[in-house]
Amino acid sequence: MKRDLPSWAWALAAFVLLLLFNLAFTPGFAHVEIRDGRLFGSLVDVANRAAPTLLLAIGMTLVIGTGGVDLSVGAVMAIAGTVAACLVARPTNCPLNAIPTGKSVPAVAGFAGLAGLLCGLFNGFLVAVVEIQPIVATLLLMVAGRGVAQLLSSGQIITFDSPQLAFVGSGSLLYLPTPVWISLSVLLLVAVLARRTAFGLFVEATGSNLVAARFAGIDSRGIKLIVYAVSGVCAAIAGLIVAADIKAADANNAGLYMELDAILAVSVGGTALTGGRFSLVGTLLGALLMQSVTTTILTRGVAPEIALIVKSAIVVVVCVLQSSVVQSEIARRRMARGAA
Amino acid sequence: MSACLSTERISKSFLGNRVLDAIDFELRAGEIHALMGENGAGKSTLIKILTGVYQADSGAILRDGKPVVIGSPADAVAHGISTVYQEVNVLPNLTVGENICIRREPRGPFGIRWKQLNERAATALDRVGLNLDPQTPIRSCSIAVQQMVAIARALDISAKILVLDEPTSSLDEKEVRRLFDLMERLKEEGLGIIFVTHFLDQVYETSGRITVLRNGVRAGTWTTQELGREALINQMLGREGQSLASEAKPVTPKAGRTVVSTHGLGRKGSVNNISLEITKGEVVGLAGLLGSGRTESAHLIYGIDAATTGSLTLDGKPVDRPTPKSQMRRGIGYCSEDRKAEGILPELSVRENIILALQAKRGWLRRIDTATQTKIGEQYIKSLNIRPPDLDRPISLLSGGNQQKVLLARWLAADPELLILDEPTRGIDIGAKVEILEMIKRLQAEGMAFLFISSELAETVSVANRVLVLRDRSVVAELTGEQISEAEIVRSIAGSE
Repeated sequence: MKRDLPSWAWALAAFVLLLLFNLAFTPGFAHVEIRDGRLFGSLVDVANRAAPTLLLAIGMTLVIGTGGVDLSVGAVMAIAGTVAACLVARPTNCPLNAIPTGKSVPAVAGFAGLAGLLCGLFNGFLVAVVEIQPIVATLLLMVAGRGVAQLLSSGQIITFDSPQLAFVGSGSLLYLPTPVWISLSVLLLVAVLARRTAFGLFVEATGSNLVAARFAGIDSRGIKLIVYAVSGVCAAIAGLIVAADIKAADANNAGLYMELDAILAVSVGGTALTGGRFSLVGTLLGALLMQSVTTTILTRGVAPEIALIVKSAIVVVVCVLQSSVVQSEIARRRMARGAA
Repeated sequence: MSACLSTERISKSFLGNRVLDAIDFELRAGEIHALMGENGAGKSTLIKILTGVYQADSGAILRDGKPVVIGSPADAVAHGISTVYQEVNVLPNLTVGENICIRREPRGPFGIRWKQLNERAATALDRVGLNLDPQTPIRSCSIAVQQMVAIARALDISAKILVLDEPTSSLDEKEVRRLFDLMERLKEEGLGIIFVTHFLDQVYETSGRITVLRNGVRAGTWTTQELGREALINQMLGREGQSLASEAKPVTPKAGRTVVSTHGLGRKGSVNNISLEITKGEVVGLAGLLGSGRTESAHLIYGIDAATTGSLTLDGKPVDRPTPKSQMRRGIGYCSEDRKAEGILPELSVRENIILALQAKRGWLRRIDTATQTKIGEQYIKSLNIRPPDLDRPISLLSGGNQQKVLLARWLAADPELLILDEPTRGIDIGAKVEILEMIKRLQAEGMAFLFISSELAETVSVANRVLVLRDRSVVAELTGEQISEAEIVRSIAGSE
């Protein structure tokens, strides 16, 4: 019997097709050069700009695997970015000034991550312990989170001047931009957590059949708490990167609508929103696909309003291709051909 | 009598496995036709084709002699074919009346005419002999009542053909009786009824003809008089059958230490005063009618529900506030009666479904490596004869009986000291039933203790060393040794001396 295609096959196919299209028709797409000890070019750009979405999508993959969703990640990005900016810039009247971090970037990043962790635990508490539906529970922080960020920043855009912190967003290491290294490290870390331990199986069991998982002795409550916490930390790292990149924290706009990009990336990558099976490889491909669509549209000079439509069109095509209706039809035809 | 529904050379394959091969089947108006076969013989697939859930790859379906296309469940209903499936399918958040009339609600200018709907539902309920307010939320009804409601819904469609797929597996004796009366009446009215069951007694009691499927092929069709029980079993198994009522007496355990004991365990609104003691290597049966508190007792011991009175002791140590997780780590397993809602992880593979409990016991950090998973999985595929023998197939693609075997494998792999088996043989074929009972005896000899819950008294009698009889949510009798017999259990349930 032939093995089924992996769930992320269609995301890979779409990504490869898009790359081939660009290599053939977009002048200078394949061009990569080394400047100031770092690679430049459209391909590097795709990976660099996909990093924040990828980070959100990694946490989102685990959350969706348990059958939940985390709508608050965009707002958590804003909180984490604001925390970092406030700790570095120290604006007057900021409630965070009591925290003695100095200008130490690891300490600042640590507090930003802690903020994300607390947000994630709050979501996890509402979903796992209070048993509020995930979409409602995380909607709370999606709305309130930006308010929290604005309270911290007194409604101002906080700019800062810290070359060390800026390095997180726009620096480079061994020829590649720092965000690429960071996002891939997080991906690797979470993949090891999920697949080299039984954590991934427990996440999938929880999302597949909560009662059966509980009866089998799995602490699904704890699992849910952890995945929302991981999602919060991932969002904080993404928020740190975005703030560091523009050397400012904008509580209103940082990470706006990015939770939707993250959910799309997970979905396009072949993870069903109903929970159960998840694929981190699919999420990586999904995030890259989403960003390469955007980059392709921009480099080809398509108007931004059309860009959004084209992006959704590609998402729809991939989702339709991996839908169970189309999949079973394909399987049927393959069988019919095999039998003939 | 004329054929009201028949098939000509129906074939169907899934992913290259041929599950039905050129099936000819004929149902006459005014007959109850039993469709028999082991797990994976193709019964469910044939029924799903007749009811439009699947489409046949080739062959024809004839309704009153005319070829018809049944492309969807709605088509089937339009052709007067209604189904009540093995796993109860009702919409839990709606009322009984809404469940009966759904998609055919009486409508007026202001939407649904609720009064009329409830009256119609009441009539349908009356027809199945249920005295129930149509406005009751269906989730508050027992599984048995939900099943009867599902039949009422089928009748309300004014079906000409009724397919009953394992309708009695969740019913107690009285309810079965009521269902049979109903089937008899519907037969007289000229309905054709296809009846799928694993209970042989019920086949001989109700049906006029029997069709046996074996490995996707029709073994034959007989009238019930001409096909004796032994012959029927042989046809189903495709070999000389072994004696059904496992003659072997239960294995007597060596005197061992007490694994679990409860004193006056109870929960408000659930069960009262459950006191029992199970020693190493002992099989204790819980007998009683549906709703007598069997499953509820198991839930208290496994920590699914919190007890409000009494105490629970494991290995001599009192247990406070048990949870499934803590009980599992203390060496208890619980194989639920509801495999769809509380057992299988549908998207996950057979392999993952098997190792789940063992992995949960080891904790998430100490992952069972893939090679060991395969070894464990293959061992159980072999010893429980799981079909198809493919570890990587999603469990949802297996037949119900094979899913049940996978769930048993899950708990055996976790190697508990005490395994609670709640209806472990429900919906599985005779061959597998015998295998499972044999397996219990084998593991018992190795020291595993069992709490065995089954509606089939013959099974309980053949494995249990001790039987606790429950009536109205309390223990009313304890039978040991020579006292254990079907007659004695029935007497205790009935409450007559």
